[in-house]
Amino acid sequence: MSESLVVPTMAEMLAEGKQPEVLFWVGCAGSFDDRAKKITKAFVRILNRTNVSFAVLGTEESCTGDPAKRAGNEFLFQMQAMMNIEVLNAYEAKKIVTACPHCFNTLKNEYPELGGQYDVIHHTEFLKSLMDDGRLTVEGGQFKGKKITFHDPCYLGRANKIYEAPRDLIEKLDVELVEMKRSKANGLCCGAGGAQMFKDAEPGNKEVNVLRTEDALEVKPDIIAAGCPFCNTMLTDGIKHQEKEGQVKVMDIAELIANAQDL
Amino acid sequence: MSYLDNILFAILLIVGFGFFASSVKKIIRNINLGVDVNRKDNSKARWKNMAMIALGQSKMVKRPVAGVLHIVVYLGFIIINIELLEIIIDGLFGTHRVFAFLGTAYDVLIGSFEILALLVLVAVSVFWIRRNIIRLKRFINPDLKGFPKSDANYILYFEMVLMTLFLLMNASDLHLQNVPGGFSHFHKAGSFPVSQFIAPIFNGMSNELVMLLSEVFWWLHIAGILVFMNYLYFSKHLHILLAFPNTYFANLNPEGQFDNLESVTKEVKLMMDPNADPFAAAPVDENAAPSKFGASDVQDLNWVQLLNAYTCTECGRCTSSCPANQTGKKLSPRKIMMDTRDRLQEVGKNIDANKGVFIPDNKTLLNDYITTEELWACTSCNACVEECPVNISPLSIIMDMRRYLVMEQSAAPMSLNAMMTNIENNGAPWQYNQQDRLNWKNEN
Repeated sequence: MSESLVVPTMAEMLAEGKQPEVLFWVGCAGSFDDRAKKITKAFVRILNRTNVSFAVLGTEESCTGDPAKRAGNEFLFQMQAMMNIEVLNAYEAKKIVTACPHCFNTLKNEYPELGGQYDVIHHTEFLKSLMDDGRLTVEGGQFKGKKITFHDPCYLGRANKIYEAPRDLIEKLDVELVEMKRSKANGLCCGAGGAQMFKDAEPGNKEVNVLRTEDALEVKPDIIAAGCPFCNTMLTDGIKHQEKEGQVKVMDIAELIANAQDL
Repeated sequence: MSYLDNILFAILLIVGFGFFASSVKKIIRNINLGVDVNRKDNSKARWKNMAMIALGQSKMVKRPVAGVLHIVVYLGFIIINIELLEIIIDGLFGTHRVFAFLGTAYDVLIGSFEILALLVLVAVSVFWIRRNIIRLKRFINPDLKGFPKSDANYILYFEMVLMTLFLLMNASDLHLQNVPGGFSHFHKAGSFPVSQFIAPIFNGMSNELVMLLSEVFWWLHIAGILVFMNYLYFSKHLHILLAFPNTYFANLNPEGQFDNLESVTKEVKLMMDPNADPFAAAPVDENAAPSKFGASDVQDLNWVQLLNAYTCTECGRCTSSCPANQTGKKLSPRKIMMDTRDRLQEVGKNIDANKGVFIPDNKTLLNDYITTEELWACTSCNACVEECPVNISPLSIIMDMRRYLVMEQSAAPMSLNAMMTNIENNGAPWQYNQQDRLNWKNEN
């Protein structure tokens, strides 16, 4: 990496008497998962390049509680939510961006009733707004002419009806965007949602991620674009299962944009 | 006695509608066994949903073949029922084609009923072929076996017979209208674009015989409609009525927003309040029912979920789009709805048999109908909710039952317990220290 990342924390900002434009909610996967950390860093490189004033909670961030809620543990979810809301409200957070659709959905839809009212946006929407405002130029670079298909994360797509922002960004890369037979509202889950990420699947005849990877491979893409760290893991595993890791890559939209510009 | 027919008809109507009213009463009583949930807000959006989704069938046409055919049957059902008004007046007052005075308008009406009836016959036949010859996967899926599978065919046969009777009734009438010099009360009225081709089958029969047949068709048609109406309660076909309230009362929040459990919020707030006295007696609240977290039986679900169960017509679009079901898991969102309805009917019968009180029968929706294996296979992806043409949410029932399993029984799969322990101890679903959350910044 040519330059080191500038990642201020909310605590540091507060000490300097500053309030960032946006709080970057990194999420557990983005903080700890080796594959997802690359997405986090790609997104930060874009933020640094575009001079967006942002900050993270760092060690004060904790799981939003999404997997607990979807596993049925409302107690644990609400404990997590209330602790996080206390921290966020103490910093007077207004606008939150996150690269995880699960964090996004929970913060946006399930925190308000517990006292956490924020303007929550997914990183693809945020990048799109940077592009629309002329702060970010998206160019094809190394991806020019490549065939890319986008897998809609359930918690971004069906759950919150965000289908266009990620596609608008991909199209700006001068690539051929191809749709799988099931996409947008009809998109098939990667298999990780509803806390499935953290348990073995029930007996069946196939893994969900393998089925979804088959959907993607049908359109013969060079790259499968994702907008969720969990989908990313599931599809990467699916590609390995099909022994296609040599031909097809799974990449987050933030990585596509950052890598296209050699950030 | 010339009034005998009219009296007989009135009795038929009273019995038909009387039985139906008692079924409707039972449905309403059973739906009200559910816990309350407020769905009276934002009536503008609710009316719009009902207009678009139930009346306008906007979600049906997402699958165009079934969607368009369904609209034909739906329009036929609604429009041909205008004819029912004439049939009822004729039957009660002994008139014959009482609306004939409308003249040309009457010709147009009867003509369009006939064309619709033919279209309905065609559409229903295609439905039958899709179920029994082409055997689409969602119609032969293992979750649809036994009565529900036959039920679907019975409904198609009913519709075929009713439409055929309607056309035969008209054809015999037309034959008698055309008797040179007129016959009995069969005056010229209506246009018969379809049944004119059926009428020749009566050639060579005596006028008296054709009149008798005509009356038989007329009586069978109206009796058939009344029987069909009463069959609704015992079948999956209630959607023709309940689709309207169901879309009106459906969830308006984003699909990703799962409901907040108020009862939990109170306890968590108390837990997190540094000033709370842990040894204080619980505050007495007269309105507080002993709260049970989540759902193990139908009475724990809310009334909208129970309305959902009665509304489901078992089309299987949910199941055919469910990632778990497509990969061979036991979970079928359609079965979740069917089980909920079956259990609710069982509870209803129990109440009927015990003078209005439910006597525990050592059965619950959980385990006796829906297994934990089904519940844990759900990815909460909302595909079933998105697919449902009448906005039913099988997912909300799955979530409520998971809540019961986890919060009342501590019966989550081992790996999920590990995940939750991690969140509790270190704020992440994996075993990483919260103090390491920003380490990625300096890693290469």
